[in-house]
Amino acid sequence: MSFSSWPKWLMLTALAIGILVPVLVGLGETIWAAFGILPALGRHTFSFSAWQQLFELPGLVTSLRLSLVSGFGATLVSLILALFGSAWVYNTSVKESFLSKVKPFVQAILVPILAAPHAAIAIGLAFLLAPSGWLARLFSPWLTAWELPPNLATVQDLWGLSLMLGLIIKELPFLWLVSLVALKQIDVSRQLTLAQSMGYSHTVAWCKIIVPQLYPLIRLPVFVVLVYALSTVDMAQMLGPNNPPTLALATMRWYNDTNVQLLLPASAASILLGILIAASVLLWEVAVRTAILTSKVMIRSGDRTGKYSIFTGVLTTALPITVILGLLSLLVLALWSITWRWSFPNALPTSWSYHYWLQLITHVPLALQHSLIVALMSSGLALTLAVAWLEVQDRFGGHLYKLTLWFIYLPLLVPQIAFLYGLKVGFLRLGLNGSMMTVMWAHLLFVFPYTMLSLVDSWRALDKRYLQVAASLGRSSWHCFWHIKISLLLRPLLLAWAIGIAVSISQYLPTLMIGAGRVESLTVEAVSLASGADRRLVGVYGLLQALVPLLAYSFALLLPRLVALKK
Amino acid sequence: MSLELRSLSATTEGINLFSPVDLAVAKGEVACVMGPSGVGKSTLLNAIGGHLSTHFGVTGDVLLNGQKVTHKPVAERQIGILFQDPLLFPHLTVGDNLAFGLSSNVIGAKNRRAQIEQALEQAQLQDFYHRNPATLSGGQQSRIALMRALLAQPQVLLLDEPFSKLDLDLRHTMREFLFAQAKLRLIPMLLATHDPAEANAANGPLVILKPA
Repeated sequence: MSFSSWPKWLMLTALAIGILVPVLVGLGETIWAAFGILPALGRHTFSFSAWQQLFELPGLVTSLRLSLVSGFGATLVSLILALFGSAWVYNTSVKESFLSKVKPFVQAILVPILAAPHAAIAIGLAFLLAPSGWLARLFSPWLTAWELPPNLATVQDLWGLSLMLGLIIKELPFLWLVSLVALKQIDVSRQLTLAQSMGYSHTVAWCKIIVPQLYPLIRLPVFVVLVYALSTVDMAQMLGPNNPPTLALATMRWYNDTNVQLLLPASAASILLGILIAASVLLWEVAVRTAILTSKVMIRSGDRTGKYSIFTGVLTTALPITVILGLLSLLVLALWSITWRWSFPNALPTSWSYHYWLQLITHVPLALQHSLIVALMSSGLALTLAVAWLEVQDRFGGHLYKLTLWFIYLPLLVPQIAFLYGLKVGFLRLGLNGSMMTVMWAHLLFVFPYTMLSLVDSWRALDKRYLQVAASLGRSSWHCFWHIKISLLLRPLLLAWAIGIAVSISQYLPTLMIGAGRVESLTVEAVSLASGADRRLVGVYGLLQALVPLLAYSFALLLPRLVALKK
Repeated sequence: MSLELRSLSATTEGINLFSPVDLAVAKGEVACVMGPSGVGKSTLLNAIGGHLSTHFGVTGDVLLNGQKVTHKPVAERQIGILFQDPLLFPHLTVGDNLAFGLSSNVIGAKNRRAQIEQALEQAQLQDFYHRNPATLSGGQQSRIALMRALLAQPQVLLLDEPFSKLDLDLRHTMREFLFAQAKLRLIPMLLATHDPAEANAANGPLVILKPA
């Protein structure tokens, strides 16, 4: 541990305090409370009474079942669709058709869904699928003979299907784009050509050759999706069943219950959720390894025919439908935001108005202001930290790469509800609760991982020789860093920043729990308004939620071009 | 099994990339395609194999045993290809790579294993079934890649400068091995190369590719 590498240790300490410590403190407090120690309630002794209480609470088993089914189901289906979508993009042998013209635009089409917060998509989907939703209005009364909204549970159904659909709509673009990026590291076209020349069809070759090489590269993002699906609260609130709800939502309700004695079983439930998630990740990995072994047997048999035509047919329809539903969810929000009156069963609003948007411009809501401030601060700080960490690693040795991965993924792999409550208590003790800075810090915990993830590959891919040439020409290392590294990496840096903005806008629980009602946000506002009757106002907030990240992305994509033009 | 090319050329936006090729290769013969870099040797092989990207079109015909296969999909043509890099699938062992290639005409786990072991013997890599491909040397990988392509029982084998990354001695050994396999399995081969020594040693029909 030489003194000259002090920046490295400084960075490590900064990251440890900034990221690791809050998560650990939060978890610690939650574990304490789960085992009976909550001084605020006068409980000082270690006991299992919280767990006893938890198992006596109604609906626990149903909640567990719901969480598992929707969590695994959504992750599995999104993964399969993403792999199928990637196979389609790389299928160069199909003759020109309408769909093949869409291929270059796939990323552009998926970005709005990717950028929109989970809550916005959930609200939009609810507005789309509800008995009085847009789909029902489009097909009534000429197809369905409905003059009034039917008494069907299309949203918040008891099996969690609409929750699964919402999750799939949001996670498919994420996994698809992550796969497409990862596939650039594999020589896909030549390997596929080889397999096809040996008689394998494109689909079979894809499954036997490409997928096994791709999966290890997307393993961690898949885990992130699985963890989110099991622990989401905002999506469960909009789309999941109400009674009994998924475990994560039930836990949040117990935390917020007027009966403060429920804080203890709520903490126990958080730990249970954490254990559930860890067990699920393990189970998933075991299932994957088993699948790999089974596939080896199938590969040895040399079977080349695809008996999968029904399967492929289902996927070919499911994929575009999922994407279209995602885009429609955003569109319906836009429609409602400019509606004055829209009675069932009209296909479009009966009268239009810009009223709510005008109100927005004259009285900029606090939610918008706060969301923007927190987003800009947290993404700016996250980007600075990420760049500093990467630069320090470059200059002082990168042996700590594996450690970095843990820092990056820890806040994403521990369920939010498991440590945010404990973190709130910790902040309360320090007198920090309810301030903008603390909320920004809480957002940073989640923004930093995504910023790092999106930056790391481009950073490491930068040809070191540019810097060596500059150094040999006598430039100082600061000059090299700024003028060469940063300007060459401008595009990935701006994209990482835009992703940070999107993640921050999307945060629900951190603002809710750490903000203590003093810091508002678009997402919290939208979710609480969505349970009310005015869909027009919800439309505005929902759309705003989606527009802010979209603007950030557009800025990130356009600025490098403007800079290039100026030169 | 014979390969015939009749006025075959690849086109992009209606214009030929190279002057049309006429060639006949009998079973067991090794034909060579030569030409300067960038003239389109790989594109020609892609056109024959059927794996041209959709930017390109094909004029002329490819005939296998007298049957036109010019517009058949790759998986149905039974035309094998070997690239410059061995491209052994990294997630499979050496033996499983060969098993992947082994034609589905060979039924039964025991039969299949026996054929794979035989192929390993021919390549002089007897105990390599469970080895990780990344641990093999360049020459060993090339041999396995060749055996994999041959185990698929193709009607024709195309080779796109397959030995250019090996050193001279190794290249010579691999070449002899290749010609021996061609005669043994009685399949026509088409070798794209810029090495005149290879063309000489092949002692078969020669095509010199010229720009259009």
